[in-house]
Amino acid sequence: MAATTAGKGGGTKSPFFSQNDSVPGVLFKILAIGAVVGLLTYIGWQLILDGSYPFAAAFLIAALLTTLVFVRQSTVPLRWIMPGLIFLILFQLYPVFFTVYTAFTNYSTGRNVAKPAAIAAIERLTYVPEGAPTWRWTPLKAEDETSAIWITNATSGEAFLAAPNTEWIPAAELTNAQVDDKGALTALPGYEVLPNNQRFLFVSDNQGITFGTEEAGVQVTNSNDAKETRQQYVYDAAQDALVDQQSGTVYVNKDGLFTASDGKTLAPGFPVTVGAANFTKILTNKAIRGPFLVIFGWTFIWAFFSVLETFVLGLILALTMNSPNIPFQRILRVLLIVPYAIPPFITVKVWVGLLNPVLGIIGSQWNPGWFTDPFWAKVGILLVNMWLGYPYMFLITTGALQSIPSDIYEAAKVDGASAFYQFRRLTLPLLLVSIGPLLIGSFAFNFNNFAIIDLYNAGGPPIPGAGTPAGYTDILISYTYRIAFGGARGNDYGLAAAISIIIFFIVGAITIFNFRYTGQLEEVSENV
Amino acid sequence: MSSASSSKSSNMTMANRRRLDTALRLLVALIFIAYALFPIIYVIGTSLNPSGSLQTSQIVPPNPTLDNYRKLLTSETNPFLKWMANSLFVSTVTALLTVALCALSAYSFSRFRFKIRKRMLQGLLLSQVFPNVLAIVAVFLILQQLGSHFPMFGLNTLGGLILIYLGGAIGFNTWLMKGFFDTVPRDLDESAMLDGASAWQTFTTIILPLVRPVLAVIFMLSFIGTYGDYLLARVLLSNTQKYTVAVGLSLFIGQQFGQRWGEFAAGAVMAAIPTMILFYISQSQLQGGLTSGAVKG
Repeated sequence: MAATTAGKGGGTKSPFFSQNDSVPGVLFKILAIGAVVGLLTYIGWQLILDGSYPFAAAFLIAALLTTLVFVRQSTVPLRWIMPGLIFLILFQLYPVFFTVYTAFTNYSTGRNVAKPAAIAAIERLTYVPEGAPTWRWTPLKAEDETSAIWITNATSGEAFLAAPNTEWIPAAELTNAQVDDKGALTALPGYEVLPNNQRFLFVSDNQGITFGTEEAGVQVTNSNDAKETRQQYVYDAAQDALVDQQSGTVYVNKDGLFTASDGKTLAPGFPVTVGAANFTKILTNKAIRGPFLVIFGWTFIWAFFSVLETFVLGLILALTMNSPNIPFQRILRVLLIVPYAIPPFITVKVWVGLLNPVLGIIGSQWNPGWFTDPFWAKVGILLVNMWLGYPYMFLITTGALQSIPSDIYEAAKVDGASAFYQFRRLTLPLLLVSIGPLLIGSFAFNFNNFAIIDLYNAGGPPIPGAGTPAGYTDILISYTYRIAFGGARGNDYGLAAAISIIIFFIVGAITIFNFRYTGQLEEVSENV
Repeated sequence: MSSASSSKSSNMTMANRRRLDTALRLLVALIFIAYALFPIIYVIGTSLNPSGSLQTSQIVPPNPTLDNYRKLLTSETNPFLKWMANSLFVSTVTALLTVALCALSAYSFSRFRFKIRKRMLQGLLLSQVFPNVLAIVAVFLILQQLGSHFPMFGLNTLGGLILIYLGGAIGFNTWLMKGFFDTVPRDLDESAMLDGASAWQTFTTIILPLVRPVLAVIFMLSFIGTYGDYLLARVLLSNTQKYTVAVGLSLFIGQQFGQRWGEFAAGAVMAAIPTMILFYISQSQLQGGLTSGAVKG
């Protein structure tokens, strides 16, 4: 009851322009909100020009929501939430949406820009027409830091000053130009003649830049020569194709790659939707299905045993320390959770060093193949995770143990129950009720524990015959990573996203089960 | 066997039994502490060992030197200090913004009642079903697009990395913080409101000072989490100068344990310091926080 009155009060008492707002305060508010909305809209607009429509939509929706929330009187409470919500929408919700979209496309290496950007990139390519004269060039820098060149026709000796987007100026009109006896330019007022050792840098800095106009222009092709260039490919919207101006070949858009009749393609391409092709690939392509099933199974085994071993160890330790008679309790507890205090990127690598077969203090004494044998690599990685994970379990079981009322043990003792019986019938069930959700959370965490898998052995040893990079210790998330960013064999973002979605479903089901189990979702309404 | 032990124990006094029990517990604890500390002591020893290779390193090096530290800190191809600075920058900014943004949202969820409040809170919780590390492919492609217009927030930038960390941190931490805000009695801010204070004034002068310890804990948890992240940083950063220490140090050691083990050990010791300090400070709250979550269920 108090809640509703306070709520109404909160809603109406602080309108956008409250009485106690000063003029600069109001101005500041308007400016700040205007800046945020303006920025979001501007980014959205830029992305539309790119052809990245879904991402543009996310920004524009964020801009629209912000505007609505700050203009309307009834949405005052949302104003507090808006700043965080913008980040949540753009970098948490949109990526999920985009993953789903990507899973149904052939987004991959070579098909990784939007269509307009791909066409623009190809249209920038040029060719040198046959029989075009060769020009010698001298690099110049204008007073406003822009580049220009002095060109001399290699056969006729005719010379011009050429700058981007301006017509050539014949040497005859530049009476101030000083030329030495070999015809090389030495000085030109308004320009700095760059020394010869700058030529290579100049070429790389001015790649693709035309000096002159469309009709008469040259590009520097190497440190000596400049050549006349023409645009090689022109987009024809009617046939959705690029036409080679030099040879006349037509490159037709085929699944996001402009392809000629002889199979030649132009780079870059763009992603197009391919339906459920990525999912059917996982199910039907043997080189993918085989490793996928191996990895799928291991992911569950890995997460299950990780929880089990760390829980058992943490529980033993918590039971051991759960006695008031132990001296130095505080310091002992701190020392016991030390592994939890060091980031895994350090400790996993330290363990890898310890297990190193040649040099490691453990691996040199006992090496069943910690990194080379599929079975022992899995054992090794589970052993490492035991060390990393038990302190967390120790912390949570300690807390849960201490919250179990002691009088139930008194009752059990009166009934003559043994210590083991007490543990099995009282302690363990009560513990599992209170930390069960955390164990499920831990399962979900380990299900996606990329860091330890990648740091231990980068997923290796490799599975032979796999169609995509895959290893025996890979779990689904690291497998996704290798398909998307693995490098050597090209990156298949579409397939990786499809596997991400499979993980989404599994982890989502686990998490929602957990919410139901703890009643967290229902609790929302009652919780004041 | 059981009769033998029971007759034996009956001969003992209670005090003796308790002493034996305590001694056994202490023994188990010490074995575990040895297990917990062994790799750490070993790596500290290695970092001080002049020879720098694994095999010759002993737990306590006979003639310790700081050579490994000097070599690592002066290396030009592997700018360790730059990595540390990157990590500290990214973690601090992420943690500060997380606390600020989540405190605002949490205040609203805790104190205002509005139509879609329940739906939004459930939505926040459900958004945790889809952690953005799972959308790693999308995150990569998104920053690629964003970077073509705003180089500051593109791939291989600390700015872009921070945006992604923030996006992932908001949902959970708002939820967490709302729970803490709920424990601050409403009478306090209601009376302030009656006295004519605006919601903003109530928030800054009444609520924030009261929840300061909570803000500190969330700052530290967020900092530790960001500092230790490997996946996002690994995928999004590609330049040695931009690496966080998590990526830099783990790529530095790579498979070259033979040559770089000593320097890696020195780096590991230095990189562990920030989280060790925060952990020690927040240790008691952390234990309280984790268990209260556990017991509340």
